Amino acid sequence: MQFFLEVLIGGLLSGVMYALVALGFVLIYKASGVFNFAQGAMVYLAALSVVGCMEKGAPLWLAIILAFVIMTLFGIATEKFVLRKLVNQPPIALFMATIGLAFFIEGLAPMVFGSDPRALDLGIVDEPIPAILDAWGIVISKFDLVAAGVAALLVTTLALFFQYTRIGRALRAVADDHQAALSIGIPLQHIWAIVWGIAGFVALVAGLMWGARNGVQFALTFTALKALPVLIIGGFTSVPGAIVGGLLIGASEKLAEIYLPPVMQSLFGGNFGGIEGWFPYVLALFFLLVRPEGLFGEKHIDRV
Amino acid sequence: MIYREAGQFKTSYAADQQLFPIRQDRIGVILLLVVAFLIVPAVAGEYWFSAILIPFLIFSLAALGLNILTGYAGQLSLGSAAFMAVGAYAAYNFQLRIEGIPILVSFACAGLTAAGVGILFGLPSLWIKGFYLAVATLAAQFFIVWCLTKFPWFSNYSSSGVISAQKVVILGHEFASPREKYLLVLTLVAVMALAAKNMVRSSTGRAWMAVRDMDVAAEVIGIRLMPTKLLAFAVSSFYCGVAGALYAFCYLGSVEPDGFSLDMSFRILFMIIIGGAGSILGSFLGAAFILLLPIFLDIALPRMAGLLGLPFSNATVSHIQILLFGTLIMFFLIVEPHGLARLWQIGKEKLRLWPFPH
Repeated sequence: MQFFLEVLIGGLLSGVMYALVALGFVLIYKASGVFNFAQGAMVYLAALSVVGCMEKGAPLWLAIILAFVIMTLFGIATEKFVLRKLVNQPPIALFMATIGLAFFIEGLAPMVFGSDPRALDLGIVDEPIPAILDAWGIVISKFDLVAAGVAALLVTTLALFFQYTRIGRALRAVADDHQAALSIGIPLQHIWAIVWGIAGFVALVAGLMWGARNGVQFALTFTALKALPVLIIGGFTSVPGAIVGGLLIGASEKLAEIYLPPVMQSLFGGNFGGIEGWFPYVLALFFLLVRPEGLFGEKHIDRV
Repeated sequence: MIYREAGQFKTSYAADQQLFPIRQDRIGVILLLVVAFLIVPAVAGEYWFSAILIPFLIFSLAALGLNILTGYAGQLSLGSAAFMAVGAYAAYNFQLRIEGIPILVSFACAGLTAAGVGILFGLPSLWIKGFYLAVATLAAQFFIVWCLTKFPWFSNYSSSGVISAQKVVILGHEFASPREKYLLVLTLVAVMALAAKNMVRSSTGRAWMAVRDMDVAAEVIGIRLMPTKLLAFAVSSFYCGVAGALYAFCYLGSVEPDGFSLDMSFRILFMIIIGGAGSILGSFLGAAFILLLPIFLDIALPRMAGLLGLPFSNATVSHIQILLFGTLIMFFLIVEPHGLARLWQIGKEKLRLWPFPH
């Protein structure tokens, strides 16, 4: 039981990291209807630019600010030079364009900042918290808790920003109905640029967390791919959905990784590790059969 | 002004509906086949066969398969490499486990196996589309590769799932040299490309295009969506499966599941975006482009850097290559969504009118 809890909590906390990436997808999808495949690559770019700036001698806080500036400029440039040219194209063309964008980033970022894997030290230690370990005998990493706290803070900030600021209201209006928003004088293109800026910021937070956890390396882009099943489960348009979906994916893949291989081994023999590599996608596949709009998504969906 | 089709009157339906209705096109295709079958084997060297021509043909076939699914039937797939893996492993197992099965039969069976798997993973396309489907095909990509790695039966209990393809023997003749393998691959690709060309102008192909352009309208005019979409998945996976079998048997010789990575799926997708979605010719142009670009960069970049006196490493080449792929994808999607095939067509039209502008 104790072991089960430990796996479950570990999974939930790693799910927080997926949720951080998924959040960036949801923001862009809501505001512009673009499914941004490059979000994972943006996470990589953000983490690399922090590490790159620190290598040039900048302190951590300055590196983060510089990375934020880079991400914002990059987001705005993407909107201006790629997506604006593709207005009125079918969504699938936009999706493929963001795949191209992902490759663009994956080529450019290591060229500028170097490609060898590096550690990113945020000053948070990745070790179990003694108090919890003594009281319940469960290993919970301090780092994971901080990551969860950061995610909660980020979601709260975003929610407040969307609810109470002028720009936030405009963003919600655009997400609701492009035409109506345009007709009451909301500048659509500015809004899109802002959304890409915010998505860049979310990517930066995710990049900091992921980079500090696993090191800044190319594999980051693959881990970030897991945000896609998170979105399917949570729903493409829902911020809470991204969080819940992330937790579900994180917990279920860790549980599957621990508890499925022995079962399969007794059935077929052999070694069946690495289930977490595909489990989220297959889970998402089943979700598509049962509830294609996701847990919190809008009912309206491209039904065939 | 290369040619004009003036004066070629069609007096029967058969003449009007043939594969290449213009006489010059027919001559062109026949000339191309003659060059590919007779002249290329006579002049090309070992390196050309094994490093350029054979992979080009195999990837053209895979791109053709994806083009049927994505370009003609409008269902985006990110799992083509996985279906190639299914084909490669199925062909290996047919050869291994059925005594004396002819290699071409096991290629065909490999294609059919891939088609079956394709139908299975195509099922979600019945109620979802667009990027939802793309994520569903990602499941195929990761799950299939994992299965082939972890179930030792598929690779006959070899370590880490590596298989070594058996010898290619047809009617007692062993196809061992790259030249012979090239001829075998070329024959299969030519036959399957003509079959595809034929298929997309038939009622099946028209149904695919109707579904692609607007599924509701297609249903209203009496096209049954389920069989149409599943057929597209089946045919597409068949092509990818055969391409995978050829990849293992005629190109690499020994393959491992991890070789059929997501990156390879993306490459095949890039081939059809750059070559032209919804065009048979485009699959070949795209495959040539995507395969030749890295080779070109490998040769050209160090020289350019040498001329400019810049520091240079091999890692930079691969970064520039990825960067260029990404840029080209965005460029083509923005400027010419129908790819190189459309550029070729525009070029032909212009040449027909030349030297006049209209």
